[in-house]
Amino acid sequence: MTTTTERVSTRTPAVPARSRRKPNWNLVLRIVLLMIAAVLTLGPVMWTLSTSLRSPSESFKLPPSFFPWNPDFTSYAQVFRQVDIVLLVLNSALVTGLIAVGQMVTAAMAGYAFANLKFRGRGALFSIVLATMMVPLQVTIVPVFMLIRGMGLSDTLLALILPAIPTAFGTFLMRQYFMGLPTDLAEAASIDGASPWRTFRSVYAPLAIPGMAIVGILAFNFHWNEFFRPLIMTISEQNFTLPLGLVSLQGNLGTGSISVVLAGVVLSMIPALVVFIFGQRVLQDGLTAGSGK
Amino acid sequence: MSTTIPRRERPKQPAKAAKPGTPATSQTAYGRHSQRWLAWIFLAPTILGMGLFTLVPIAASVVLAFFRWDIISAPTFVGFDNFAEVVQDPTVRVSFLNTIAFVIVAVALQLGLALALAVMVQEKMPAWLRTFFRSAFFFPLILSAASVSIFMRYLFNEQFGVVNWFLSLAGIPAVPWLTTPGGSAAVVILVYVWQNFGFSFLLFIGGLASIPVETYEAAALDGATGWRKHVYVTLPLLSPTTLLASVMAIISALQVFDQTYVLTRGGPGDSTRTAVMVIFESAFQRLEFGEASAIGVILTLIIMAITAAQFRLSKRFVFYQ
Repeated sequence: MTTTTERVSTRTPAVPARSRRKPNWNLVLRIVLLMIAAVLTLGPVMWTLSTSLRSPSESFKLPPSFFPWNPDFTSYAQVFRQVDIVLLVLNSALVTGLIAVGQMVTAAMAGYAFANLKFRGRGALFSIVLATMMVPLQVTIVPVFMLIRGMGLSDTLLALILPAIPTAFGTFLMRQYFMGLPTDLAEAASIDGASPWRTFRSVYAPLAIPGMAIVGILAFNFHWNEFFRPLIMTISEQNFTLPLGLVSLQGNLGTGSISVVLAGVVLSMIPALVVFIFGQRVLQDGLTAGSGK
Repeated sequence: MSTTIPRRERPKQPAKAAKPGTPATSQTAYGRHSQRWLAWIFLAPTILGMGLFTLVPIAASVVLAFFRWDIISAPTFVGFDNFAEVVQDPTVRVSFLNTIAFVIVAVALQLGLALALAVMVQEKMPAWLRTFFRSAFFFPLILSAASVSIFMRYLFNEQFGVVNWFLSLAGIPAVPWLTTPGGSAAVVILVYVWQNFGFSFLLFIGGLASIPVETYEAAALDGATGWRKHVYVTLPLLSPTTLLASVMAIISALQVFDQTYVLTRGGPGDSTRTAVMVIFESAFQRLEFGEASAIGVILTLIIMAITAAQFRLSKRFVFYQ
């Protein structure tokens, strides 16, 4: 017990003691290298933002002016004229929102069943669920495409939503989450005469909201950015999602200006950025969840 | 947790303390029957959905690989013909070789970069700086690979791209990034690694945090400092994380598609055509669904073999504390 608490409190491995007066050249060198890496990581995005704020005629100019001193929003206006970006955003929001809510609800239910309820074949069924995580999407896409056609759903938004709702990773995450909750609660509820359903609805489901938030944010981040499935499942532009619409915008503008395309890219990043700002910690934990030894 | 509560304040010990890792179940008073019903109702959406959209498609994919089918006319059974054709098709061969080369280079860069940066961030530094670096390296993960590829195409443009402008400052002549086989392969790798190294970085940060401080203190007493500390302490103790990070990085790199599709469409020639791209093209552009399924089955077998090999090799190189 004591060792674990110490481990948590001192997050940094001890660095060999150095004298306080001399500058720590090791630290300085590390920070310089990390800064270079950070600039290379963030630079392309900053560059995209700055180019999108330049007037179309200026966007080709080299040497480039790094800071848009006179921000010019004509490219943004142009994006709205060139493509139905409102429709793209609505489609993306609808698809992503319904997938996220669907995953949160179904993963919570399945996770609860795997963690807290006893039934025959639980272990085997859970192994199958985990195994589906390893199957690459590209292997199943042809039959799924035909299935969607057979259901009469081809070229609809439902074709994107329905197959994405059952989630192995979300189920796994929610099972871990429910297993982390104290079991005494179920006992207490049953002593008070609550049925298993009542126990879930009134005791466990409210406690699971943070776990469901992780599933929802991960689903949002993944499906907002998804390209491969929309490319295959949708044909008409009225059913395109944002990434697909942007790529087609790039095609339409063979002779157009860079800044218009980049303005579209920047617009598409805004929701992802909002999720990043508010859910960064949740996203980081969610992405690496289950990777502990 | 439980040790912090003094014993006498507890009303009573739980009848059966659940072992960590075992889910709590039948200590409750209500009957097994109602639990079972509820379980199946709760599982129904997930199980039915996975059956319909994953398990049945896997089986269908394997069956389809033995048929010739263009959706319009009836499928005809062709035995192993699809596999034979696919194996002999030069485009398919090149694209599988490209994929393997891509995986080796991209994963090595991604893991090396992520490990180096994670070690540098984890050592002593102000907390706000550490938070800044973590967020910066994580940031590309939230963007869509399609958008990233769109703006990277402009950054790497030969005439007016800012990458070549920077290189020109160093006296390097303009590099034809996207019009030569080598150049476009390099761009695909750079863009992919740029966007994905943050994920391995996060895994390594988690792994490093779980190495006890005492290990480093003991190593320091034995005279291990600087590089030796990392070679003899960090690397061996981090090997489980490295295994996990490499398995995940390889599986995801094998499926690369968005970047190659948007950046290069597989070209010039077949230089950046990947396995997934060939599946996409044969199914949805040439309507050869049987052939596409055969390529998919081969890709899955390769992924399974690599994963199994990694876990077997890891028995020799991975140390658990």
